[in-house]
Amino acid sequence: MTVAPKREDYDVVVIGAGPAGLAAAAISAEAGLSTLLLDENVGPGGQVFRAISSTPVTDRNQLGADYWVGADLVQSLRASSAEVIHRATVWSLDRNLDIAVSVGGASAFVKAKRVILATGALERPFPIPGWTLPGVMTAGAAQTMLKSSALVPDGRTVIAGQGPLLWLLAAQILRLGGRIDRILDTTERGNYIAALPHAFAFLTSPYFAKGLSMMREVKAKVQVVSGVTELAAAGDLQLANVSYVASGKRETIPADLLLLHQGVVPNVNLAMAAGVEHHWDELQLCWSPVLDASGNSSVAGIAIAGDGAGIGGANAAIVRGRIAARAAVEALAPAAVAKLASMATLRADLAKAERGRVFLDTLFRPAPQFRIPSGDTIVCRCEEVTAKDVLDSVAIGATGPNQLKAYRRTGMGPCQGRLCGLTVTELMAQARAKTPQEIGYYRLRAPVKPITLAELAAVPKSEADVKAVVRG
Amino acid sequence: MTQNVDAIVVGGGIHGCSTALHLCLAGLKPVLIEKDYAGRHASGVNAGGVRQLARHIPEIPLSIRSMGIWENIKDLLDDDCSFESYGQVLVAENEEELAVCRARVVELNALGFTHEELIDGAELRRLVPAVAETCPGGVVSRRDGAANPAQTTTAFRRKAQQLGATVREGVAASNIRYSAGLWYVDVGAETFAAPVLVNAAGAWAGKISAALGEPVPVETVAPMLMITSRVPHFIDPVVILRGRKLSFKQFSNGTVLIGGGHLAMPYRDRNETVLDWKSLAISARTVFELFPVMRSATIVRAWAGIEAKMKDDIPVFGPSSRHKGLYHQFGFSLHGFQLGPGAGAVMAELIVNGGTQTRISDLGIDRFYSPTL
Repeated sequence: MTVAPKREDYDVVVIGAGPAGLAAAAISAEAGLSTLLLDENVGPGGQVFRAISSTPVTDRNQLGADYWVGADLVQSLRASSAEVIHRATVWSLDRNLDIAVSVGGASAFVKAKRVILATGALERPFPIPGWTLPGVMTAGAAQTMLKSSALVPDGRTVIAGQGPLLWLLAAQILRLGGRIDRILDTTERGNYIAALPHAFAFLTSPYFAKGLSMMREVKAKVQVVSGVTELAAAGDLQLANVSYVASGKRETIPADLLLLHQGVVPNVNLAMAAGVEHHWDELQLCWSPVLDASGNSSVAGIAIAGDGAGIGGANAAIVRGRIAARAAVEALAPAAVAKLASMATLRADLAKAERGRVFLDTLFRPAPQFRIPSGDTIVCRCEEVTAKDVLDSVAIGATGPNQLKAYRRTGMGPCQGRLCGLTVTELMAQARAKTPQEIGYYRLRAPVKPITLAELAAVPKSEADVKAVVRG
Repeated sequence: MTQNVDAIVVGGGIHGCSTALHLCLAGLKPVLIEKDYAGRHASGVNAGGVRQLARHIPEIPLSIRSMGIWENIKDLLDDDCSFESYGQVLVAENEEELAVCRARVVELNALGFTHEELIDGAELRRLVPAVAETCPGGVVSRRDGAANPAQTTTAFRRKAQQLGATVREGVAASNIRYSAGLWYVDVGAETFAAPVLVNAAGAWAGKISAALGEPVPVETVAPMLMITSRVPHFIDPVVILRGRKLSFKQFSNGTVLIGGGHLAMPYRDRNETVLDWKSLAISARTVFELFPVMRSATIVRAWAGIEAKMKDDIPVFGPSSRHKGLYHQFGFSLHGFQLGPGAGAVMAELIVNGGTQTRISDLGIDRFYSPTL
């Protein structure tokens, strides 16, 4: 059942019910703050704990022990007094902390004293030739089907890319009896050397043993090609084959499904639309919000936790959620702070959870040719703009992503740059010999997710309108 | 080091860019100074209406002058600016509104203006088949149309630069001063000097004119717009309403732009606006009532551009009342985009020839100063 928010004003509104949001909402509500948790999915968990309270996959080993950590978070949340609304799409947030949310086809407005954004991550665009063909999808989309519906591929399947989630997905597909014909690992060979200085922290992190055993598990069953330097999907109206170059040798294999993944990046759309300042993270190659140690952003009252604050993984997200919630409690109900874990403890927990991250970021830094396409490869799917189109516009005077809109409408389609933004920034930066920070990013606007005209037309009238009508 | 040029234009909106271009066409070498980038604010993000319809009488001559340039915009700029001319239609929603339309057209005809034409319900529905049956008629200006504002402003800047204008973007003009017949303006580490200074700084122009001793009643506003996903083609002309705040335009790609002048909260000096969704909802309701075909369309984006609005809704255009070599070109009060090409041409005539054939006498800054003072 979907219901509108019960009140118009809350102490804390948490947006997103992944690890960070679940942890933040539970603490905020337990401390006595009126707390609303808004989440777009049908149930709690976000992506990492997707369908945690409803998955048909009951054998715990198949999704792995880490997945089931989510169940404890959900339990704490349910024990708290937090109001939780699922299938709730927040489509506007501004610097006055006014929030517009669509629930069950109707929009409501709520105001918060503090907002904790826990909007998580998105998969990084993977703009190779043919990536828009039917039959090519992201690994994340495949994982969503797997977790929600236990659906796994049964046609000729190729997985290409790199990063911890790629191996996790491969392991999950295999455990559920799915088919994988080949894995094309695009990790740059040089990354292994670059990551070496950070290896000690990684070796002593919890990721190491788990990651290694997962890779072994997958490699025992699937042919893995490493050192892939070129990748293309091809077919008439539908994926027919995947071609790649590894160790200087080109090979083409027939495929029905190509799953692409080269890491995740913060989902910044709502934060950027609210006016939160972001900076280019040169290690993670993405935009990250500028935050203080408690997760507070440049907009007073808006904190960001979880992968939306910079990719840190689920464990770090939980701790960042707790830190942001504690900061909210400190600000709004100082008397309740005594019951919470101290900031020092939380920061120590965070340091522990983030151990090994630099190693992963360095090792799985995607290669330039998979981030910055050329020629006829599509960059902007909504408006079908190619890399060459972008470069041609740069040549006649487009200086950044916002100026490019005047030439090519990039980023002006329904996805608001989610699928092209990073590519456009890096492509223009390379073409103009500037840094991505100098080139900048699209100015993002509400509605962050589209709403129907009918829904907007049906929103309650403002007080001024009501008065005008009453006066006649 | 000071660089001497023929004119300094402050502000890279369509007005500043058009003036810079027309000065180049007249053989001058201007510098164009824009604190952000050309078209960053209202000029790049307005509704793109190219409209003579429903204008204040004092600015109609400038609007007509501009229309002639719009109709040949590709020849001027080597860019079609996505200009299209399917007319603009003012819709009367009832007989009282139609009576006001009738009186307006009579008044214009008496003044010798013929671009506005009264239409009945049948002609209205021929032009705008999707409009609600209850609307009894309206006014059409058949040569009007629309263009892409960012593309247009960018094209003016590009052409001006090609013809020899120096363009400085990303740094604000500062320390504006006059000495021994020359205006001096700092741009970062550079200084430009010229006998002519054009104040075309949009929402920031009032600050400049006040600092130069000519304060005017101006406020900063940010009219909101929203755009829908693509819907099947159903309308050609731009539609505006007589009674309610609404403007409505479907682009060739199917998206529909909804505007009309509801205002966002501007934060001028942060380059930011905060949208007022409850006002946008009023626009959505108006569209919902008048165009049932739009009900299932989705709103994909809304925004607002920062600009200057004069208390009397008429621009400040022409020479300063106090300073030699200073010209004002601002305060276009939510309807400056169509005027841009013509205003640049006329401004260049004022600067180069000292006068113009286009009647602009009611637009001067001196209207704010009592002649007895």
